[in-house]
Amino acid sequence: MTSTDTRSAGSTGPAHTQRGLVLEDVTLTVGDGDSTITALDHVSLTVAPGELVAVVGPSGSGKSSLLAVAGALTTPDSGTVHIDGQDLIAMKDRERTRFRLEHIGFVFQSGNLVPALTAEDQLRLALHMRGGKPARDPRELLDEVGLSSKLGRRPHELSGGERQRIGIARALVCGPSLLLVDEPTSALDRARSQEIVELLARETRQSGVATVMVTHDHDILHHCDRVLEMVDGTLSAGSRPSA
Amino acid sequence: MFLALRELRFARSRFSLMGGVVALIAVLMVMLSGLSSGLVNDGVSGLKAQPVDAFAFAEGTKTDSAFSRSVVDLAQVDAWAGRPDVAAAEPLGSMLINAHTSTDVPVDLALFGVVPGSFLEPEAAEGQALGDPHGIVVSDTVLEDGLAIGDTVTVDRVGTELTIIGSTGNQHTFGHVDVAYLPLTTWQEIHSGSAVGEEVRADAYTEASAIALQAADGQSIDLAAGDAAVGTSSMTLTDSFGASPGYTAETSTLMLIQVFLYAISALVVGAFFTVWTIQRRHELAVLRAMGGSTGYLMRDGLAQAFIVLLVSTVAGVAVGLGMGALLTGTSMPFALEAPAIGLAFVLLIGLGLIGAAFAIARIAKVDPLKALGGQR
Repeated sequence: MTSTDTRSAGSTGPAHTQRGLVLEDVTLTVGDGDSTITALDHVSLTVAPGELVAVVGPSGSGKSSLLAVAGALTTPDSGTVHIDGQDLIAMKDRERTRFRLEHIGFVFQSGNLVPALTAEDQLRLALHMRGGKPARDPRELLDEVGLSSKLGRRPHELSGGERQRIGIARALVCGPSLLLVDEPTSALDRARSQEIVELLARETRQSGVATVMVTHDHDILHHCDRVLEMVDGTLSAGSRPSA
Repeated sequence: MFLALRELRFARSRFSLMGGVVALIAVLMVMLSGLSSGLVNDGVSGLKAQPVDAFAFAEGTKTDSAFSRSVVDLAQVDAWAGRPDVAAAEPLGSMLINAHTSTDVPVDLALFGVVPGSFLEPEAAEGQALGDPHGIVVSDTVLEDGLAIGDTVTVDRVGTELTIIGSTGNQHTFGHVDVAYLPLTTWQEIHSGSAVGEEVRADAYTEASAIALQAADGQSIDLAAGDAAVGTSSMTLTDSFGASPGYTAETSTLMLIQVFLYAISALVVGAFFTVWTIQRRHELAVLRAMGGSTGYLMRDGLAQAFIVLLVSTVAGVAVGLGMGALLTGTSMPFALEAPAIGLAFVLLIGLGLIGAAFAIARIAKVDPLKALGGQR
């Protein structure tokens, strides 16, 4: 599949001048010797600010590897990765860690919240790690995701959907350019899944963040601006179901 | 410390358990420290009280029991006194004796024969100073044991009667025996072994056990050169503590127990934080994926360990001090001394932090990719 299939409209400028996420011809192999697997095979992808892109595909197809490369968690064998025009490959490890903190938000499966922290503290921890002036007010953000009444609750006192909302708020609190969402509805029922993805779509547009969501759940795809399909490490345009 | 404090609150029962173990070790350290200080005082407080920089013994005398085996003559005292780096040199007679009171109660004493008026003469806090040939100034602990100024004790075997004329006002003991200071001449008579009424051999009056040396102002004594010139074997005051009976064996045994406790404390803290870090591996992976630096997370972990160690050690030391206060003043050699307890406090926290640091260093190995569930 050619890379042009996975680029957003209007993404024609050079990578270092574009806002949002730009992956160009990225290849990633994992494992050693005979067990080497090509997790990403010449993948190109552009996600513009305010755009929600879903990546679907079977387990082991390379979806999480795509998130790992886009999220500066791993370095590809070849290709380039730019976020808001900044070249991730050229960065040192420490710079990449700092870049993640300031420019990338992660939403993990089941929220992956810190058990000891209240809803509000989950957000404050992210701000504390980043330091400096808060990009967004944690209380306002929790109000935005509908959890203003549960600021003092810890993860074990919240439902799966509530945990995931906090996860989304935590990912947005530092004002990221890129939001990477890993199977956000894997532990939720259908109604909650719809609510979560609606929230993601709304926040993506309101915050102007470029969002990549990997998922198995085809019922939520109608909220997305584009749907891409990952098979055996290659990315292609998928079909976007109607609501 | 954002995360550290909140985790401490959240997992308080787990941290309390670990803190409880550290607190118990701190209690033990205070008790051992008190016992150690008590034994040291019992062993060498009589020596520590002397305004002396070094002692010279008979040539070739081994450190072990040097005070009771060594015999020096007064000519050697004069030779040391004439050296340029020595401000003063005085003879000191030392011997352990058995005696009994007028009511036949047995008394053990360490007789320290000193020249009245010399720098070795103890200040009598109570009663009279040395002067009467058969008057003795005793350690305060003798009076605590029931004797009083004016009482007479008779030295077994030789029959010399000694009258308590004063006390030092504090503990002066040597080899766990109360010190009694007496004029050197009387000490020489008792040391010669001549019973009362018998003739004392003439050379007895030229003998002492050791030579006490004071350095000239701003100088340290060249002991090796002095020994070569005078024909003695000298050692510093601190080194001479080893000459107190049983001192080295007691202190080294207690020291070994303390070292083991320090090691156990560091291991306990290290093991706890190893398990704690392993349990938090996924959470740490998430935080690292979010952009939390290794330094941030390690500082947070160390701050957590420091708080636990500080609180539990303070609690343990407080309990130890309370228990120790009950033992102070009893027959058990026990003394609570701030420097020793302070050192134990600092070492417990310091070594605990080192143990925790080894465990917390695992944070650097946590792979942030694990936050994605390893779905690659």
